[in-house]
Order: sequence, then C-alpha cells, then structure tokens
Amino acid sequence: MNDPLAAPARAGWLRRNLFATPLSAFGTVLLGAFGVWAAARAFHWAVGGAVFRADEAACLALDHRAACWGFVAEKHRLILFGRYPYAEQWRPLAATALVLAMLLATAWPRLWRRWIVSAWALVMAAFLFLMGGGALGLRRVETGEWGGLPLTVLLTAVAMTASIPLGVLLALARRSPLPLARTLASGYVELVRGVPLITVLFVASFVFPLVLPQGLGLGALGRVCIAMTLFQAAYLAEVVRGGLQALPRGQHEAAASLGLGYWQTQRRVILPQALVLVIPSFVNSLLSMFMDTSLVTVVSMYDLTGSLRLALGDPRWRSFFLEGYLFVAAVYFVACLALSRYSQWLERRLGGWARRPREARA
Amino acid sequence: MKVASLSFRTRSGRARLYQLALAAALVALAAGAAVTTRENLAARQIRSGFGFLAEPAGFDIGEGPVPFTPQDSYLWAFLAGLGNTLRVAAVGIVLATLLGTVVGLGRLSRNALARWLSTAYVEVLRNVPLVVQLLAWYVSITELLPDAASPLQLAPHVYLSKSGLAYPTPVWARGWALALGALPLGLGAAWALLRWARARRERTGHTPQVRWAALLLLVALPAAGWALGGAPRALDVPEVTAFNVAGGGGVTPEFLSLLLGLVGFTAAYIAEIVRSGVLAVPHGQTEAAAALGLTRRQALRLVLLPQALRVIVPPLTSQFLNLTKNSSLAVVIGYPDLVSIANTAINQNGQALECIVLIMAVYLFVNLLTALGMGVYNRRVALVER
Repeated sequence: MNDPLAAPARAGWLRRNLFATPLSAFGTVLLGAFGVWAAARAFHWAVGGAVFRADEAACLALDHRAACWGFVAEKHRLILFGRYPYAEQWRPLAATALVLAMLLATAWPRLWRRWIVSAWALVMAAFLFLMGGGALGLRRVETGEWGGLPLTVLLTAVAMTASIPLGVLLALARRSPLPLARTLASGYVELVRGVPLITVLFVASFVFPLVLPQGLGLGALGRVCIAMTLFQAAYLAEVVRGGLQALPRGQHEAAASLGLGYWQTQRRVILPQALVLVIPSFVNSLLSMFMDTSLVTVVSMYDLTGSLRLALGDPRWRSFFLEGYLFVAAVYFVACLALSRYSQWLERRLGGWARRPREARA
Repeated sequence: MKVASLSFRTRSGRARLYQLALAAALVALAAGAAVTTRENLAARQIRSGFGFLAEPAGFDIGEGPVPFTPQDSYLWAFLAGLGNTLRVAAVGIVLATLLGTVVGLGRLSRNALARWLSTAYVEVLRNVPLVVQLLAWYVSITELLPDAASPLQLAPHVYLSKSGLAYPTPVWARGWALALGALPLGLGAAWALLRWARARRERTGHTPQVRWAALLLLVALPAAGWALGGAPRALDVPEVTAFNVAGGGGVTPEFLSLLLGLVGFTAAYIAEIVRSGVLAVPHGQTEAAAALGLTRRQALRLVLLPQALRVIVPPLTSQFLNLTKNSSLAVVIGYPDLVSIANTAINQNGQALECIVLIMAVYLFVNLLTALGMGVYNRRVALVER
C-alpha cells in the first residue's frame, strides 16, 4: 500500500476505500445515491419544510410531508416533567441539573476521592427535597405526580447506587467458601437474570403489596426503585465476579501471609483492584440501566417515555407522534452516546495501569 | 466418625455457624412473608392456589397458532400466550441473526460507505431504548399505513395496511401433511449419507462427493410425499375487497411491530458480536490459509469461520435469550404474549402470586433449554485443549 508511485494520498484513500474493485465501486454508487436521496428527503422533512411554531393550522396544512416540531414546542414541558405541577416545574429542572452536574463531576477520574460518596448522598438528598418539597416554603408534591426526565434520572441513580453494594455482596457470596451462601447467591443471580425485567416490575407492583405488611408506607415509586435495584444487582454481581476472577491467586495468598482475615482481605486487597478492573463494564451496565428505566411505563409510571404517551393523549396533536418519538429518542441517544464514548475513553485511560478485563456482560 | 463442631474457635466451626445463622434468617423471613401474605390475601378476599387455571378465561386472544375462545380455560390461555411468545421469538432470532451478520460484516467491509452506514445503524439502534422503538413502530404502522380497503401492494398478493401484512398461504391438504411427514425422513437420510461419507474418508482417505446427493434426498423425499398426496397446488390468496383484505395468511400490526422492533434492536448487538468474533481471528490465519493454497472460500469455511464461531457463539446465545425475554415488552403494544396474558389474568382475578410464578417458571425453562442446546453446539465448536 505504501507505493511511492501511487496517486496523492486523498485519491489513494478514495480508491482504496470506495472504488477498490468493480463490485465495491458499484456498491458505492448504489449506496451513495440512496444515501444522498435519503439525506435530502430527511433534511426536507426535518428542517427544510418543517414547522417549528406550535401552530396547529400550519402543522395540519403540512399533511405529514414535513415535520411539525410544534408538537414538541407545545408539549415539551409535559414530556420532560410529566404531571408535575406546571408552576413548580423549575424544581425538577433544578434537581435534574444538580444530579447531571454531579454525574459530570464523577466522570472526571481526578475527583475519585472518598468525599465523592458523601457528595453524592448530599446531592440525592437535595434532589429528593427539591422534588418533594413540604418545607422551607416549597409546596408538597406527591411522588405520584413525579414524571418525565427527573423520574428517569432518579430511577437510574437510585437503582445504580443501591445496587452497587448489593452486587458486590452477591459476587463475594458467589465466590465464598460457605456452600450455603454460594448456592443462594448463584440461585438469586440466575433467577433474576433468567426472567424479563417486566416480570420483576410486576413483582414490585402486584406481589410486594401482598407479601409486605400493610402500612409499610412504600409508594409505587419506592416499590419500583426496589425492583430495579434487585434486578440491577444481579447483573452487577456478574460484572464484579468477572473482576474478582481476573485477580491472580497470589493476591489472596499475599493477604493471607500478612495475616489478614477474610473481610480485611476483601476490603483492603481484593475489592479495590477488582472494582477498578471492571469500571468500563460498570459504565455499560449503567447505560443499560438508564435505557431499562423506560420499562416502568408498563406499570403506569410516567417516565420520559410514559410522559410522551401522556402528551400524545391530546387528540389535537396525536397525529404528530413521530416528531415526539424522535425527540425522546434523541434525548436517550445523546445521553447514551456520550456515556458509551466516555466509557471507551476511560478504558483507554485506565488501560495503562489496569489490565483490560474480559467482557463481563455480553 | 467425628461430630461436626460448632465453635467459634475453628475456621470450619465458624463457617457452620454463619451458615446456620443465614439459614435461620431466611426461614424467619420466609415465614414472616407467608403470614403477612395470608393475612393480606384474606383481607382482600383473594383466593390462592392454582385452581383458577381450569376455569374459563372470559377474554379473547386475537391471534396465534393456538386457537382460542373466551370459553377456554386460563391454562389454555397461558399456552396460547406461550405459543405467541415462541412464535415471535423464533422468527425474530432467525431474522436478527441474518441482519446482524450482514451489518457486522458491513462494519468490516473494505467499502467505506458500507462501513459508515453499518456503524450508524449500530450506534442509533443500540442507544435508543427498545420500548421507545416498539412504540414508534407500532404507532407508525397503525397510523401512517393506508386503511385495509386500499392497502400497499408489496408483491403480487402481498398486502400491507393498518391491519397488518397479508400474504398467500397454501390450502392445507393431504399432500402437505405427507410432505411434512417425509421431511424428518429426508433429514435422517441426508444425515446418514453424510456420516457414511465422513466415516469412509476417515478410513480410506478418499472423499466421496455426496453433498449434492444429500441435498437431493432432503428435497426429494418431501417432494415425493407432496406428489403422492395428490400434489396440492391451491393457494389461499388474499383479495382486496371494498372494506378490507380478505383471505390468505396474515400477521397483525402488533406482531409486525414487535418483530420489527426486536429484530432491529437485537441485530445491532449481534452485529457487534459478529464483528468482534471475526476480528478475534489473527490475520496470520488468513495468510497461513493462503500459503496452503486454499481458495478464499475454503479459507473462510475451513479456517476463519470455525475460529470466529468460538468467540461468537456464547454471546450470541445471550442475545437469543435477550430477544426472547424482550418479547415480554409485547405488553406495551398489546400483542398477546405470555406476559401480556398473565397481566390480563392478574387484573381479572388478582391472583398475582400464582400468575407471576407461572411466567417465571416458563422463562427459566426456556432459558435452560436454549442454554443446553447452545451449550452442546458450543462444545462442538470449542477449541479442543490439552
């Protein structure tokens, strides 16, 4: 390929990558023509001929030949915040911004210090206070009225943070010398991973009220949080187990020769190394968790997806559903893409001092 | 025999004590839950037990391989739901594997445009939740497509409309039954022939060319059955009437959107598995195959594919299971799968415990079967180590 007599670099790239063989050239022309045609159509639909104002008459006149972003313009607050009282919607906005800022800070490896755990606890408390109110002059808003993006963020954050300790315990139990603990942990992980998330959510909304004592005060939101945590913990346990298995036996032996007990060994020697090894898989897990929260719409909670369906309930705007779905899909897409790019960056950055773990969650 | 000690002094004694405590805590928890459940059930006047399965369900199931009327029992309803789950999962697994392989190889193509398009496909479909995709497909099909009175014609006698996809099906006759019966015979005969050829090659080093003969057996036996049964050729062809599309076979918009959503979503994951599997084969293997004088096709079939499959099969199995589990999202678009029918049953009789135990048992069983089957296959393709 490094022929000094070859054409200049750019032309060489074109020939190698687009016109290498007659078949490739044919494919390029065909795909290229289709791509240009589709891109032109899509541009006209989404931007060129689209209506951006919440003008119903103009939208209807389009007759779906172009997008009516007026639906999103009119309903974006309902889609983003669900049924939260209209006048108070600065509160979910501020609460969500707070959590997102904290998430951004956490993404910076230099800030990985002990105090970040306390900072997270503080931020979550502030989030709950802003959303719920009931003191300091903030009106009380019941959890049943929470919805949209803050609910999605809350479910992700709670399920993720609560499932980390549970997942670590399950992973340790699965590799423990106690046969009963091992059996129970394996049984739990396999059971949860074997059934769809929906059944776990069904358990939360139908079975919890039957099995738990009355007057425990768990609302629908609390039950769903618990279910998501229990579900996520099973997957995280497998991620952590991958990290535990990647550590050489010598680490256990070295800890034993120092006279450390089981918990000392785990806390001071094994877990710090194992958890760092699986950080990329952790981020992947977080990603699927974030997308999985959209399932709570099945048990009548109005997360981002659910509140879009709420907004589509308005018969005047119902026919502009495609614009609504594209809007919500774009929110998820941007968040997920940023997260997965971040995980790749992290993997490269950590690659120097931590060996790459095997893919733990296929 | 020494009696097991229960003291804190020794390591094994501590282990026993911890486990006893764990067991005791679990039993206490279970007993407490049982008591509260009993009280709660009594307070809400919900029965318990699986007796309800024999009673008539009272709701209708619009589609599926299992015929169903509201007079049929709950048990039959669950079976119909399972049939629908397996139907969409089976078709979905085949289509998602095909599409995923094409896109995955597309990401490795030497043509940059094909590479870009495949990458865009994977990034977009993987990063939008399946629920959003399913709802978007469902609303698009039921709102954007023309009415059944003026459907889109995709091919001769294949119509697509708001009421789903209609296509011609053969009219059931004795010939088809005979052909279906002869199919296992053909399979068995072809298999036996291939085995014989292999045994002979291993004994004598001579390779009998039987591949075409085996294929012929596979096709000829069912064809003979079809001909013996009077060679039925009648087709049930859908026709456009003034109000709808009548006759023929068809799938509902619910099935169609669930299938499209599951296939599109899972294919993006399968594409990545295929890509990494192919990349996992070192380039030296291609060169070695070329050095041995193998053609490109031989190299692919005998050297590259067997090694790529080793990497591909285990995660592919998880994707098959994921697709099957994800089909439970049918409940958001009203496709009557197992979970959606259980949901209806719970809303009718409140026997949530029993219904959820049933769903979980079925999914665990399906998981087990798939894992077993793929495990057998995986052992065949796995690297034989010392």
